[in-house]
Amino acid sequence: MKTQLDQQLQFHQTALNLQAHRQQLLASNIANADTPHYKARDIDFREALQGALGKQSNLALATTQSRHIAGGGGDVLEGATKYRTELQSAVDGNTVNMDVERAAFAENAIHYEASITFINGLLRGMQTAISGQ
Amino acid sequence: MSMLNVFQIAGSALNAQSLRLNTTASNLANADSVIAEDGQPYRAKQVVFAAKPVGATPPVGGVRDKGAAASVGVQVTQVVESAAPMRLVYEPHNPAANAEGYVEMPNVNVVEEMVNMISASRSYQNNAEVMNTAQTLLQRTLQIGQ
Repeated sequence: MKTQLDQQLQFHQTALNLQAHRQQLLASNIANADTPHYKARDIDFREALQGALGKQSNLALATTQSRHIAGGGGDVLEGATKYRTELQSAVDGNTVNMDVERAAFAENAIHYEASITFINGLLRGMQTAISGQ
Repeated sequence: MSMLNVFQIAGSALNAQSLRLNTTASNLANADSVIAEDGQPYRAKQVVFAAKPVGATPPVGGVRDKGAAASVGVQVTQVVESAAPMRLVYEPHNPAANAEGYVEMPNVNVVEEMVNMISASRSYQNNAEVMNTAQTLLQRTLQIGQ
């Protein structure tokens, strides 16, 4: 039986995982700012969170016949990972825009810290309830 | 642990950028080296960057690391020599001059190298900052519940 604390913790844990994953993607983009032909990537956070919480998966195969194989549904993260729209084209085919990446990186770091703060708050609340003080 | 991959990504970028900075330093230092180690004038060198997946360790217990596909670091695949023509300078009294009185000078483009240097140092700073942020976040993660 899942308690309310479990459910809330699970939600924040999922969000934290996705934010860590996104941080990794953004770090890759920043690292490859000078690599020819590198294409910047990012995840659609909303879509990834909904997918990770089991609401939907956009990689599921459409089945129109009873004998069609349903398919595994794919990995949620891979489905939500997309290529960034190019703002300014570069001669070497690189699509990293450092301003965009740095802004996204800083923003994602704040979101990550916010998730940690929420988790800490939940745990502290439970601690207070247990100790009764 | 996907946050740990960030260290590898930024680390590989720092490594690549410092190699680029080294190459630029060599080029600038040898901008006037008429005779290099092979007896020919020094040729400008450039590094070639390529994206390289990091953290793609073999699956542990059949579970593939989901973050491995997302982490792409940088790698220097090769150091190429510039194919630009050598700079010819008219110096008839120079012992290295040819019959017409021209000396072959290195094909280092100083302006290009300065631009490269600034670009490399900016990229290095960015990646160092990425590492700092990742470290802060990881420390916060370890302090959950304390």
